[in-house]
Amino acid sequence: MIRDPWWFRALRGFAAGALILWLILPLVPLVIWSFARGWRYPDLLPQNWSLQAWEVALSGRSGVLESLWVTGLIAVLATALAVLIGVPAGRALGLHRFPGKAAVEALILAPLIVPGIAVALGLHAVFLDLGLTNTLAGVVLVHLIPTLPYMILVMAGIFANYDPEIEEQARSLGASPLAIFRFVTLPAVLPGIVVGALFAFLVSWSQYVLTLVIGGGRVLTLPLVLFNFATSGRNDIAGAISILYVAPGLVVLILTSRHLAARPAFAAGVR
Amino acid sequence: MTQNLRIALMLAPAVLVIGLLFGGALVVALLRSLDTGDAGFSLAAYARVLANPDFLPSFALTFHIAFTSTILSAAFGVGAALLIRGSGAGRGAMTFLFQLNLTVPHVVGAIGMLYLFSQSGSFARLGHAIGLIERPADFPALVFDPHAIGIILHYVWKEVPFIGTVVLAQMQAIGPDHEASARSLGASRWQAFRHVLLPLILPGLLGASAISFAFAFGAYEIPAILGASHPQALPVLAWRSYTATDLATRPDALAMTVVIALLSGLMLGAYLRAARRRG
Repeated sequence: MIRDPWWFRALRGFAAGALILWLILPLVPLVIWSFARGWRYPDLLPQNWSLQAWEVALSGRSGVLESLWVTGLIAVLATALAVLIGVPAGRALGLHRFPGKAAVEALILAPLIVPGIAVALGLHAVFLDLGLTNTLAGVVLVHLIPTLPYMILVMAGIFANYDPEIEEQARSLGASPLAIFRFVTLPAVLPGIVVGALFAFLVSWSQYVLTLVIGGGRVLTLPLVLFNFATSGRNDIAGAISILYVAPGLVVLILTSRHLAARPAFAAGVR
Repeated sequence: MTQNLRIALMLAPAVLVIGLLFGGALVVALLRSLDTGDAGFSLAAYARVLANPDFLPSFALTFHIAFTSTILSAAFGVGAALLIRGSGAGRGAMTFLFQLNLTVPHVVGAIGMLYLFSQSGSFARLGHAIGLIERPADFPALVFDPHAIGIILHYVWKEVPFIGTVVLAQMQAIGPDHEASARSLGASRWQAFRHVLLPLILPGLLGASAISFAFAFGAYEIPAILGASHPQALPVLAWRSYTATDLATRPDALAMTVVIALLSGLMLGAYLRAARRRG
């Protein structure tokens, strides 16, 4: 092993410090604004601190709490559907080779790469005819476009490391298909399903343009409310909502930190 | 039940849902952009979009945003992955902040950038405190600016951890042996990186860059928060045309989204090629 010269280590240290600072930086004014009461140019820090923004955000009148529930409900429903549909598909892709596999994989990858606006406007016309625009059900359906492919890819990765031989052994011992699923398959893949579902929840939680187009401004999720406060100059309330909005991601990270240490690319699908 | 039938049944719900929602949406967008009512199908909407004086500047701006931010994110992402891979100080903090950043929704990052870089934002105040500027107008326009600097800064903030995480995973899978051999044979640090490590991580780097490019080209909320009123990023222009009171511009809006979809299709192709090389 060749030891690095001192200047190289100094450069590394400087770069690491700069990277850490840059990653934290945009979150700092959001936190400060949420506790500020009038923070005018050119004050570096607010003259007066207050909890007013938080009181407004957490009161029933501002609509923030309501949109918090709406956002969570949509994300839970979209995730549940993504798990139900995505786990079998992930098993098929992770364990088997079959004709047309490359085409199926491309179809599943495509929604993760094609931008939401390109899909949302086309879907809007169809959902309009079906009466699904401006409804919660319509938004849940459209959130499947990013969450389901993510869940399938995660499960394909989980099943690629799963040995189905153990199911054969259970079968030869007389276990029913249901018992095999309940006592053999499920316990083996459950940790992967849980982590995948937590991140699928975040994928739905982060959606903006799909909700805007299909929800038509009637289904108000947190990012839409945040956008409105930020663009109308209520920086203090926007700061408080931003913190509320980021919190689930932090919770998921803490819950899954052990898993992520082994598979760092797991979280990359959220973006 | 035969093996292939079982596989087909496991895949059918997923393929149906993605095919109908995603594939169907693209087909409808394409058909409606070609539909001119009684006259049947025509390229009239595309001709109108091309003749629209806002379109080409929008396209150029959006391409600039996606291209510049992706190049910068790829370079800094590889640098950051190299930093985290080394055992230097701050490794845990960088890893945690990388993962945290991935979970932060784009709206939040864009608003944070707005409060940092606007003419009355944190950096302008800092400039005032150290006597560089007097009034907010003295601070350079980094948001709502024609060069989309604020938008690019946001993407670099979000995509460096994304590209970095993908590349880091690949570096860890490769291991340090190849570079160590090169170094022991007399390669410089740069040569070992350029001729040994970089070719090995290139497929992952290209794949992640293709995803970043497609995202930056098609995202709505970031340019809506940080962008200038003219020219607007293509997704913003498309949405404004779609929601204009004049319903006649809807085919034009759909034509613009078809352009966005086609460009992201190219990126999907690039991603699949890179993924095949990765094996």
